[in-house]
Amino acid sequence: MSKAYDVLVMGGGPAGLAAATKAAELGLRPLIIEARDRLGGVPLQCIHPGFGIHYFREDLTGPEFVHRFISKAEELGIPTLLNAHVLRAEYVSPARKVLEVITPEGTRVVEAPTLIYAVGARERNRYEIGIGGPNPAGVMTAGEAQTLMDIYGVLPGKRVLIVGSGDVGLIMARRFALEGAEVVGVVEILPYPSGLPRNVQQCLLDYGIPLYLRHAVVSIKEEGGRVSAAVVAEVGEDLRPLPGTEEVMGCDTVIIATGLVPRASTIKRMGAAIDSRTGGPYVNEWLETSLPGVFVAGNALIINDYVDYAVEQGELAAESARAYIEGGYSLPTAGEKRVRLGRNVRLAIPQYVSGLRDALFYGRVSFPEDSVILRIKGAPYKLPLIKAVPAVMFRARVRAEVLREVAEPVLEVVPRA
Amino acid sequence: MRRRVVVIGAGIVGVSVARWLTRFEGLEVVVVDKEPDVGWGVTKANTSIIHPCHEEDPDRWPVRARLCVRGHRLWYDWVRELDIPSRWPGEVIVARTEEELGRISKYVDVARRLGVPGVRFVDREELIEVEPAVNPDNVGGLLARTAGLISPMKAAIAIAENAAANGARFLLGARVRDIIVEGGAVRGVVTDRGVLEADVVVNAAGVWADEVAEMAGVRDYRIRPRRGQYAVFSDKVGPKPRLILHTAPTPKTKGVYAVTTVDGNLMVGPTAEDLPDDAREAREVTGEGIDFVLEQAAKILKSLPPRRRIIRTFAGIRPEPTGGDFIIRFHEEPWGFVEAAGIRSPGLTAAPAIGEEVARLVREALGGLVERDDWVAVREGIPHPATMARQERDALIRAVPEYGRIICACRKVSEGEVIEAVERARALGAGLTLDGIKFRVGAMYGDCQGSQCRAHIAYLIWRRYGVPPWELMLNREGSRYALAPIKALLRGGRDE
Ligand SMILES: Cc1cc2nc3c(=O)[nH]c(=O)nc-3n(C[C@H](O)[C@H](O)[C@H](O)COP(=O)(O)OP(=O)(O)OC[C@H]3O[C@@H](n4cnc5c(N)ncnc54)[C@H](O)[C@@H]3O)c2cc1C
Repeated sequence: MSKAYDVLVMGGGPAGLAAATKAAELGLRPLIIEARDRLGGVPLQCIHPGFGIHYFREDLTGPEFVHRFISKAEELGIPTLLNAHVLRAEYVSPARKVLEVITPEGTRVVEAPTLIYAVGARERNRYEIGIGGPNPAGVMTAGEAQTLMDIYGVLPGKRVLIVGSGDVGLIMARRFALEGAEVVGVVEILPYPSGLPRNVQQCLLDYGIPLYLRHAVVSIKEEGGRVSAAVVAEVGEDLRPLPGTEEVMGCDTVIIATGLVPRASTIKRMGAAIDSRTGGPYVNEWLETSLPGVFVAGNALIINDYVDYAVEQGELAAESARAYIEGGYSLPTAGEKRVRLGRNVRLAIPQYVSGLRDALFYGRVSFPEDSVILRIKGAPYKLPLIKAVPAVMFRARVRAEVLREVAEPVLEVVPRA
Repeated sequence: MRRRVVVIGAGIVGVSVARWLTRFEGLEVVVVDKEPDVGWGVTKANTSIIHPCHEEDPDRWPVRARLCVRGHRLWYDWVRELDIPSRWPGEVIVARTEEELGRISKYVDVARRLGVPGVRFVDREELIEVEPAVNPDNVGGLLARTAGLISPMKAAIAIAENAAANGARFLLGARVRDIIVEGGAVRGVVTDRGVLEADVVVNAAGVWADEVAEMAGVRDYRIRPRRGQYAVFSDKVGPKPRLILHTAPTPKTKGVYAVTTVDGNLMVGPTAEDLPDDAREAREVTGEGIDFVLEQAAKILKSLPPRRRIIRTFAGIRPEPTGGDFIIRFHEEPWGFVEAAGIRSPGLTAAPAIGEEVARLVREALGGLVERDDWVAVREGIPHPATMARQERDALIRAVPEYGRIICACRKVSEGEVIEAVERARALGAGLTLDGIKFRVGAMYGDCQGSQCRAHIAYLIWRRYGVPPWELMLNREGSRYALAPIKALLRGGRDE
């Protein structure tokens, strides 16, 4: 079985499916390794629309969106390992990556010259955002609630408080309202909602769900083993709770929707360097990590706003894998330089560029700002942004020539002159 | 004539007592606990250290000192016989100042008197050498090479399983309401699940020991609750000290610890907060509590991971007895009432020896007990394919394919392990709970704290055992994981 594959794709969500189908179309032999019992990843549990607006120019639900890729993978006859958990990933040489996979059929060891790591992200839990108090039933993340509701047909709670006003939090508020649950509110620590204005309207205002800005859940109360209330406080400029502003809001369920973190542990153990800002590996414009021939795409790389970006990254990684194999296990990356983050840029990928090919930058600003430009200091590149907010990712394609010219590229967001 | 011993409390002490008692012919052992599973009292939430015992002054607390030393010794065998995860890295009490060093020098003397080996001072240089994670501002410390760590929940479960295999019965989810005393002797206990006759009743009720004692008319001590809060960091972040490190004890506590748990997480804590008498189950975590332990830990370690890498906070309640020493005795009045009460720290360390002591008292009182020759010392843990050698793992998966399906990605726990956990809990008479699974196999206790696997585990249980998520408890009665079938509210609130 060894040497039968050109590219191992870890993860069968949107990024992995896009990578594998693209790789097959490019004439490579991919293998998909998926931990769950079916392909599709997180969108399978997202029965709301909002998928594929960029990629397919259609508004699809999560399952509809991924099924297009799954059908394509089937048509292309891409081999897939399901219920397959990668225990160990080993970087042996530029020409050899080995995975030890545990499956219901026993241990499988697979190898290929390239690996595309697309294992997605996980949600932050209550402890990571500092919610204290006792540990009763009724506290869960949005994703867990979604799995219960839309995969298993189970109602997690009847009086629900949502923590976090990103799109996920907003959509979950509506999801609960649609099942007749009382949504007592959405609590957001920032002075503005983190989700799209469209979602604020359609998920909260249309259902009369209150939004508490500049507020945080500081503690949880328990009664008879289940959540009975959340203690919510106003926060100051430093985002810390203001003493004396605590208010007890009765509820039986607290849903944590405060963002995602890339799942980077396997690739980190493999030896890839991790960027503490993105939480994912450092990459160059090929989406190649610090390990030659190991690529990363989707939410394992950077937390994306749209599934379309994850797909775009998957396809790019597949193209890079082909170039890598065709180049005799190497890519033109000579003279890689570090992209520094300048004014009002909190995080961005790629962190390295060589100027030998066009680069697609994705990133986020640190604070909201109107009418600004995203630019590379000292280079003839500018992207006007009408409204820059941390919750909305920027995406910018920069041509190779531009990057080749600057000795020390600095990505920055500055007010429009 | 068969005689029956009822043990009240299935904490580490109660199960240890039960294990010892099953060695005797003609003795029926029943362990009763109000919780649906074993170990959910004090045993659940502590620092998990097998202390070297050099902090137990034999003049002030002779019972504690003696049983600590004996318990420590017994754990070496018990972890092996019962397949309990443990590490024996040794510990250092770190000192910030020469004055602090002076204050802890009394433990060298205690160590000498108790015969605790491997206790000596280390200077700053050696401290940094033996423990690269230490804060170099410390001037030195007191090393005690025999300190160890176990998983207290896995220990309680292992001991209970072994006791059960040797014939002990567990009556869980049964609160003891009263103790029947007739003619100056105990006759039995009244529980939520019926009356149990008994010749001997052992009080191993943790923070509730004084209330249980009152049921037998014993009123000469009180248990005061003292809370200890902890923070556990992701296993992905360090520093992870090799040794068990802690600050110098104060009259109230053994100081704050920074340890790498047997699961490989940095854990810091505990606080020491005296709570009102009625707050014996107040296992609440507060912002100030976590601030305090992090502050203290920063003195111990050269750096701390960022706060957002905390994956779990929890609190335990210490049962502080009047007088401070363990209360271990056989009452003549009422005859047959035995106590293992006030088992505060180092109770985990001492537990096997407490069991031995209680068994000795029972044996003396009952007389004529002979040891069985069919007693089984060994118990095996639940297999964990992720860390097995490949051939062994594949043989296991061939026999039971569920061991090849990883359901908890963070801790690499398979469906096979989850199923085995449920089966074993059931065999013990424990309730089917998500926490019971967590404590047995570690699922839902990684970085994501179950957000990625808990729903799937609940579904597995639904499919296999017919318990839907709205009837599945997280832990105690009432802690329902979910509330209803999805359309229940739209159908007018009927839960199908
Ligand atoms: C913060 C903290 C840190 C500690 N650190 C360490 C350490 O590092 N090393 C060490 O050696 N020791 C340590 N200890 C001490 C150790 O944890 C305890 O001594 C030990 O767990 C006590 O076990 P137990 O069985 O007596 O109590 P428990 O585990 O509380 O067991 C008592 C059981 O009795 C049951 N019960 C009570 N009343 C009734 C009733 N009426 N009917 C039925 N059941 C009843 C309870 O539900 C409970 O399960 C620590 C303790 C704390 C709190």
